[in-house]
Amino acid sequence: MKVLTLNFLTCAVKDCKSSNNSFPLHPKDAELVYDDLEINPQLLVNVLPRVDWVALRTTSTELGFPELPEQPPTVEELESDEKMLQDLHKLLMETQIMEGKLVCGNCGHEYAIREGIANFLLPSHLV
Amino acid sequence: MASTSALLSSSAAPAVTRLAAADDDAEAYERAHVHGVYEAIAPHFSSTRYKPWPAVAEFLHAQTSGAVGLDVGCGNGKYLGVNPDVFMLGSDRSPALIALARSRTQQQEQESQPEPGASSAKAAPPPPAAAAAATASDVLVADGLSLPFRDRSVDFAVCVAVIHHMSTRPRRQEAIRQLLSCVRAAGNADAGGHVFVMVWALEQGNSRRGWDEGGEQDLLVPWVMKKSQQQQPKKQKQKQHPKKGLLQEGDKSDAPAEASGHTDSSSVFQRYYHLYRKGELEEDVLAAGGAVVTGGYERDNWWVVAANGPPSSSSRPT
Repeated sequence: MKVLTLNFLTCAVKDCKSSNNSFPLHPKDAELVYDDLEINPQLLVNVLPRVDWVALRTTSTELGFPELPEQPPTVEELESDEKMLQDLHKLLMETQIMEGKLVCGNCGHEYAIREGIANFLLPSHLV
Repeated sequence: MASTSALLSSSAAPAVTRLAAADDDAEAYERAHVHGVYEAIAPHFSSTRYKPWPAVAEFLHAQTSGAVGLDVGCGNGKYLGVNPDVFMLGSDRSPALIALARSRTQQQEQESQPEPGASSAKAAPPPPAAAAAATASDVLVADGLSLPFRDRSVDFAVCVAVIHHMSTRPRRQEAIRQLLSCVRAAGNADAGGHVFVMVWALEQGNSRRGWDEGGEQDLLVPWVMKKSQQQQPKKQKQKQHPKKGLLQEGDKSDAPAEASGHTDSSSVFQRYYHLYRKGELEEDVLAAGGAVVTGGYERDNWWVVAANGPPSSSSRPT
C-alpha cells in the first residue's frame, strides 16, 4: 500500500466516518519497501492539491520520515525544484507498506496489511 | 471475446426468487453465490477479463491529469492502467482477485522482471490498453457496502459489473450511495465529480443467453470451469468442497453445462445476478440521492454517469 493511498482512506466502520479521529488511519508495525516507479511529474503536481497535507504530515512522521514542511509546496516550487519533486514521488508513490496494520483512532479497529494489500473487510459485529 | 460468452450458458439460467430478505440473509446469500464463487474461480475468471468496455475507457480518458479515482469491484484491475495520468484506487471483495490485480499492476511497474508469483495471471493475453509502462494505482480488499474511502475525497469512481451481484434493491441502492459519498461535487470544468456504474441488462435480445424484456430478473448464472482451467488444483480442491453444499441449490437445476454432458472434470459455479431492466439503474441513482448525468446501453449492459445531487446535468455541455 502506497503512502498516497493512505491519504484517501478512513475507517470502514459506518459510525467512524463522521469522526475526525478516524482520519488518517495510523500505521502500526509497518514494514516499508521502495518500488522503482517512473516519475510522472504532471500527475504528481496535479495530485498534490487533492492531498490532505496535514494528514500526510502525520502519516509521514508516524512512518519515521523527517518532518514535512507545514505548508505543501506550490506548483512553482515543485516545477523549479527537481529534488523536491523526486522526494515527493518517493514518499507518495514509491514507498509501500508491505506488512503491518492500520489502526482507527476512533474505534481502535486494526486493519491488517499483508504482502502489500490492506484488508478492510469487517467482522460481522462491526458491519 | 468468444472465450467469455462460451463460458456462459446459451440458454436460460435458473431463476431464483429473491424476496425482500433481512440484510443478514442477503449477506449470507451473496457470500455463497457471489463472494465464494469469485474466490474459487479467480484465476480462470481473470484470464478472461482483459478488454476494457469502451464506455468505461471513454469515461476514464475524460478525467484530467492528477485526478484521483476509485474502481470499486476492480476484479483483476484491468481498468487501473487505462488512463496513465490519473491515480486509481482499486478495491474488491475478493482477496484472490485483489492479489491478481496487485501482481498485474506490479508487472506493469516492473515490466522487465515479472514476479514468479504472478504466474497465474500469465494465461491472460497481454492487456492491450494497459501495456504502457508505469501505472499509478493501488489496490485493497473492501466490501462495496462498507467502503473505507474518506467522504468526498476523490474525483471520480467507476463500478463495473458489480452492483448486479447484490441481491436486494436496498443493497444495490446503498452501493450507489456509498460510491457517490466518496466523490467530490461535480464541477462544470471537467469530468470530475462523476460516478460511472455499469450493470448487466435484462434486455439482451442480441445475445444468445435468451434473456429479454419481461423476463425473470434474478438469476443464478453458471460459470463452468474445466479441470484444466483450475490452475491450482490442490488449492481448488480444499477450497471448493466445503462450499459445495452451499452451491448445491443452484447445481440441482437443469444447468445447461450439466445437461450438455460435462463430467466431473468440470466444476460449475452459480453466480447470482440481478438483471437490470431499462430505466431501473437511473431509478436506483435517484433513490441513492444522486443525479443522472447521462447514460446508455452497450452490448448487453446498462451504464449511467451519476453525480451528487442536486441535478447538475443541465450545466453539462452535451
